[in-house]
Amino acid sequence: MKSASGIQAVKDVDPQVALSDDTRARIDGWLAKFPADRRRSAVIQALMAAQEQNGGWLSDEIVTAVAKYIGIPPVWAYEVASFYSMLHLGKCGRHKVSICTNISCWLNGAQSLVEHAEKRLGIALGESTPDGRIHLVAEEECLAACVRAPMALVDGHYHENLTPEKLDQVLDSLK
Amino acid sequence: MSAQPAAPNTPPDHVSIEIDGKALQVPKGSMIIHAADKAGIQIPRFCYHDKLPIAANCRMCLVDVEKAPKPMPACATPVMDGMKVYTQSKRALDSQRNVMEFLLINHPLDCPICDQGGECELQDVAMGYGRSVSRFVERKRVVADEDLGPLVATDMTRCIHCTRCVRFTSEIAGTYELGGMGRGEHLEIGTYIGKAMESELSGNVVDVCPVGALTNKVFRFRARAWELIARESIGYHDALGSNLWLHTRRGEVLRTVPRDNEQVNECWLSDRDRYSHQGLYADDRVAKPLVRRDGRLVEAGWEEAIAAAAAGLKAAGANLGALVSPLASCEEGHLLAALLRGLGSEAIDHRLRVLDFADGAAGATFEMPLAALEGARAALLVGLDPRHDAPLLGHRLRKAARRGAAVHAINPLAYDGNFELAGERVVPPAQMVDELAAVARVLVDGGAEAPVALAEAIAGAKPGDAHRAIVDALRAAQPAVVLFGDFAVQHPLASWLRALARFVATATGAAFDELAGPANSVGLSRVGALPGASGHDAGAIMQRPRKALVVFQAGALDAARPAAFDRAREAAGFHLHIGAFGCAGVQAHADVVLPIGLPPETDGTYVNVDGLVQRFAAGAKAPGDARPGWRVLRALGAALGLPGFAFDDLAGLRAAMPDPAAPRSAQAAGLAVRRPSVEGLARIATVPVYRIDPVLRRAAALQASPLTPKPVLRLHPGEAQARGFAGGTLLRVSDGSAEVVLPLEISDRVPHGAVHVPAGFHETVALAPTGAVLSLVRA
Repeated sequence: MKSASGIQAVKDVDPQVALSDDTRARIDGWLAKFPADRRRSAVIQALMAAQEQNGGWLSDEIVTAVAKYIGIPPVWAYEVASFYSMLHLGKCGRHKVSICTNISCWLNGAQSLVEHAEKRLGIALGESTPDGRIHLVAEEECLAACVRAPMALVDGHYHENLTPEKLDQVLDSLK
Repeated sequence: MSAQPAAPNTPPDHVSIEIDGKALQVPKGSMIIHAADKAGIQIPRFCYHDKLPIAANCRMCLVDVEKAPKPMPACATPVMDGMKVYTQSKRALDSQRNVMEFLLINHPLDCPICDQGGECELQDVAMGYGRSVSRFVERKRVVADEDLGPLVATDMTRCIHCTRCVRFTSEIAGTYELGGMGRGEHLEIGTYIGKAMESELSGNVVDVCPVGALTNKVFRFRARAWELIARESIGYHDALGSNLWLHTRRGEVLRTVPRDNEQVNECWLSDRDRYSHQGLYADDRVAKPLVRRDGRLVEAGWEEAIAAAAAGLKAAGANLGALVSPLASCEEGHLLAALLRGLGSEAIDHRLRVLDFADGAAGATFEMPLAALEGARAALLVGLDPRHDAPLLGHRLRKAARRGAAVHAINPLAYDGNFELAGERVVPPAQMVDELAAVARVLVDGGAEAPVALAEAIAGAKPGDAHRAIVDALRAAQPAVVLFGDFAVQHPLASWLRALARFVATATGAAFDELAGPANSVGLSRVGALPGASGHDAGAIMQRPRKALVVFQAGALDAARPAAFDRAREAAGFHLHIGAFGCAGVQAHADVVLPIGLPPETDGTYVNVDGLVQRFAAGAKAPGDARPGWRVLRALGAALGLPGFAFDDLAGLRAAMPDPAAPRSAQAAGLAVRRPSVEGLARIATVPVYRIDPVLRRAAALQASPLTPKPVLRLHPGEAQARGFAGGTLLRVSDGSAEVVLPLEISDRVPHGAVHVPAGFHETVALAPTGAVLSLVRA
């Protein structure tokens, strides 16, 4: 649980300081794609941009900064940030590996892929390797690639028809 | 060809439907649940709430609709002509039972230790619509609790995700504090960062929560619902007179819940009215009459105390003054006035926070009723903090703003609002007059005729675009309203602000709504707790000591000039305190203390901002030997042999009392002398929302709320920089005769040329009130 001063620091965050010029420019770009009274629509992409700036994860401060920059209540940004599996709320590894465990992949052996990856990396789902190289995303939901199940999403790229060997190659290629 | 209407006699904007075989005519576009509720047909629900937007996420209200392929949620299915709905068919009952089973899957079976037990919607609905046994044997989820502050307790494991609280904080409170975090089975309702709730209406989430997830922290584990007796009463902090139930056990108020009244508080209650009952049981409550003997206050019997009080007052004769807290009921106010007048004095007043009495204004009521405010299309707020002056007034204004009303404000601070203002002028106190004069100037330039007394001030004003925008807004959109708030009423040039604001309202065709003061200010004005033509107002009573002084329920912190209030008590040859609390000031100065009940403990009458007369009966027992104020005053009047005190009961008293429903006839007129403004930082003194009366100041939970700030001094960043002060610096603040030391907070809510030093705190009592020029040096 956060201390009172920690909560105050989150509330007092200044978006002009917390968000870099580049991040703000990217958010502006997304805001421009929606009607002026629908600024909330840009929140997912704005959080993605902020996550990139912050080294792959979202701190409470930076989520609040995004909300303030867009002009929505911070709680709306927290809701979105805690909802999506591609937004990470804790410090985590550079490369995000999400092994789909939804029904089609699961029937095609996703569970053994997860076990293999966990054993190989020495971490459980939802954890990162101590060297900060890889983060195994917890419980990824269906990514709509059932036709080539089982699959995994690695840094935004689909890897399909996976076997433990193929997964090893993918993991080894991550630097 | 489309189908013929099922019932040709249906009104034009209505349709005919049938629920459980009962034919109904209901408005087009309304939902099945509205029709069912109106017809008294029970449909179980959790997420649906009459005053909140429809979410349809609990699925408890599934009903069977003819021709529909599956059960429909009654709360989100609009009625259609000829629709046939069955709430008791097998399909409806099966769906309800299945939903109930899912809702109970993660709900703990901890009813015996849950505060909601016995008054729980989940218990009731599970009893009526669920299975008697659970088939779920797997692990239930557990949710970590957040600390939402001193008012609302959480047990989030019990939450069923109806989102009523989320919708309450966003749609009603406007603070957007709660949300649904996570997804699927991991969904949790919370603030995410773990902060305390900062809404002045936060206690209502306890009422809307259908389970025991959000409960009343002050009431927690104190009693079971079935041990409580509900007694009708009203809120006595702001002048709205919100309707409420006192839940008492053996005469002690254990909690307060709202009582529906669409004209006043709808179904809500401000935290002030909900949690203030804690203050009734403060340590310094006086339980026995006290008489000063050998310099010390000692306990005495009633007869002795009344005799001592009568003797003291008789000795002073007409050289007598009375300072009456607005907490006094009409009955008490009337008897106090009769007491003073019987003894030949006209020095009685309840306007303790007023500085400018030049126009004799008192007891104004709303021209546009409270309930109609939400339909206003434009508004100008003058010295009004909507959320804190009267929280549920703020709620009505927020509704108006969200429906598109243009709300402008002329305020001494940029208040933390919960709706978008169309325009805001934040200026030091003295310049508020100039700002209003500039608005008036736009009207005069447009051909309106201003009162002669104002002509010069208006002619000297320089209007800008902001002032023209205000006039345009008020003129363009009717109905419009000018709202005159606490800060304006307590302003050192209140008569100017009032005259100018009234002129602006008249010239634009807007209504003029003045918040006359807290509690029963309107009623007290109507029954004569005001100085007569030759009398002295509260300011004069405090500044010119008299031989005897009667103080009724008030303390120094209730006065605009606490130091003057204390000096008046000290200088009076005889000081009679009739009140509930024996604080340090009473201990130091009073010669006789007569302990009386507070509003929930006394029969009384209050008049609210609309002029609505509300009678209430005593709902709780006053401690010890304390008696209702009207009985004490009757005994005192009789002991003095005064006329008008011969009644036997409340009915006799009320028959002799001026009719509180009759408006005061005197019109506000006259203007204070305007002095040229002095260079320097002018004090802005506002009273924080939970510091306005003696009961609130003793309510521990409200005092621990984030809305009760620590006493600090606030300066605009520019002013702080010019003086080289950093935030947090301890500053010595002086008004020329007294000085105090306060930490500095830098805030851009304060205008240039002013310093915000809140009133209502012991730390700031020594300082002169709003408008005083303060000097600051490092302590």
